[in-house]
Amino acid sequence: MKARVYVMPKAGVLDPQGKAISHALDGLGFAGVQDVRAGKVIELDLAETDPARAKAAAEDMARKLLANTVIESFRVELA
Amino acid sequence: MKAAIITFPGTNRERDIRVALKRVTGRDPVMLFHRDALPAGLDLVVLPGGFSYGDYLRCGAMAAQSPIMRDVRDFAARGGHVLGVCNGFQILIEAGLLPGGLLRNATLRFLSMDCRMRVERAGTAFTSRWQKGATFRAPMAHGDGNYFADDATLDRLEGEGLVAFRYVDDRGEATAAANRNGSVRNIAGILSPNLRVCGLMPHPEDLVDDLMGGTDGLPMFESLAEAFATA
Repeated sequence: MKARVYVMPKAGVLDPQGKAISHALDGLGFAGVQDVRAGKVIELDLAETDPARAKAAAEDMARKLLANTVIESFRVELA
Repeated sequence: MKAAIITFPGTNRERDIRVALKRVTGRDPVMLFHRDALPAGLDLVVLPGGFSYGDYLRCGAMAAQSPIMRDVRDFAARGGHVLGVCNGFQILIEAGLLPGGLLRNATLRFLSMDCRMRVERAGTAFTSRWQKGATFRAPMAHGDGNYFADDATLDRLEGEGLVAFRYVDDRGEATAAANRNGSVRNIAGILSPNLRVCGLMPHPEDLVDDLMGGTDGLPMFESLAEAFATA
């Protein structure tokens, strides 16, 4: 079973990469981009076949390693 | 003083720390690799700078999971002294030994330049040779040194006197211009509640000899030597 972990900078935490991307989009003439936040996606291929258990395992992995919950939030989606 | 320096794949400046410790103690520290076990009877463990594991995932995140860090956590829990410089600071944060996070520098630029720090907490094993408010120069070399913590954590750090160093200008003022990486409240280094774990981004070990261009960083290592003079 595949799980996708979305890791994003928490609201209120400065995101310099997002800001730089926003400036670059502005420079390319894309008007009206009000905010950009840049995070990462981590795909896990899990042996687990039970969706609830797979999701719980991925969330545990996110808390322990994949995200630093001081500065990042995460969300798990099963694919 | 019996000190150990831990290296990971991608560590650098470990020999600079070694030079600094040997200079003040006359004894060579133990050099350990991440697969080694921490020997007994240590006074100090140092995590040097560098780019351990290529900064994959987050700076310090991989090193924080390596087996020797379990020993370092146990050592700290028993009251051992731990110093983390630059990537070592990032590893201490990722290992949960110090609070907060280190984000990409606010400018998105790698900073390779000198900074000035003000000693906010004197009288610790890391800072006893300075007076509170003293300032000193230190080189920095990092891309992810932008310290962040939530307001409750910051207020606790400030309230308990656990901010060790702040970035300041030449007049000793904690201005925005002196805060090149964008750290919240100009924080350059912090301490654990028992004052025995210290992490900072700049490199005091790179100014411990006139041949290096100055001895501004020497008091940190003299403080440590003094703290463990009998050991």
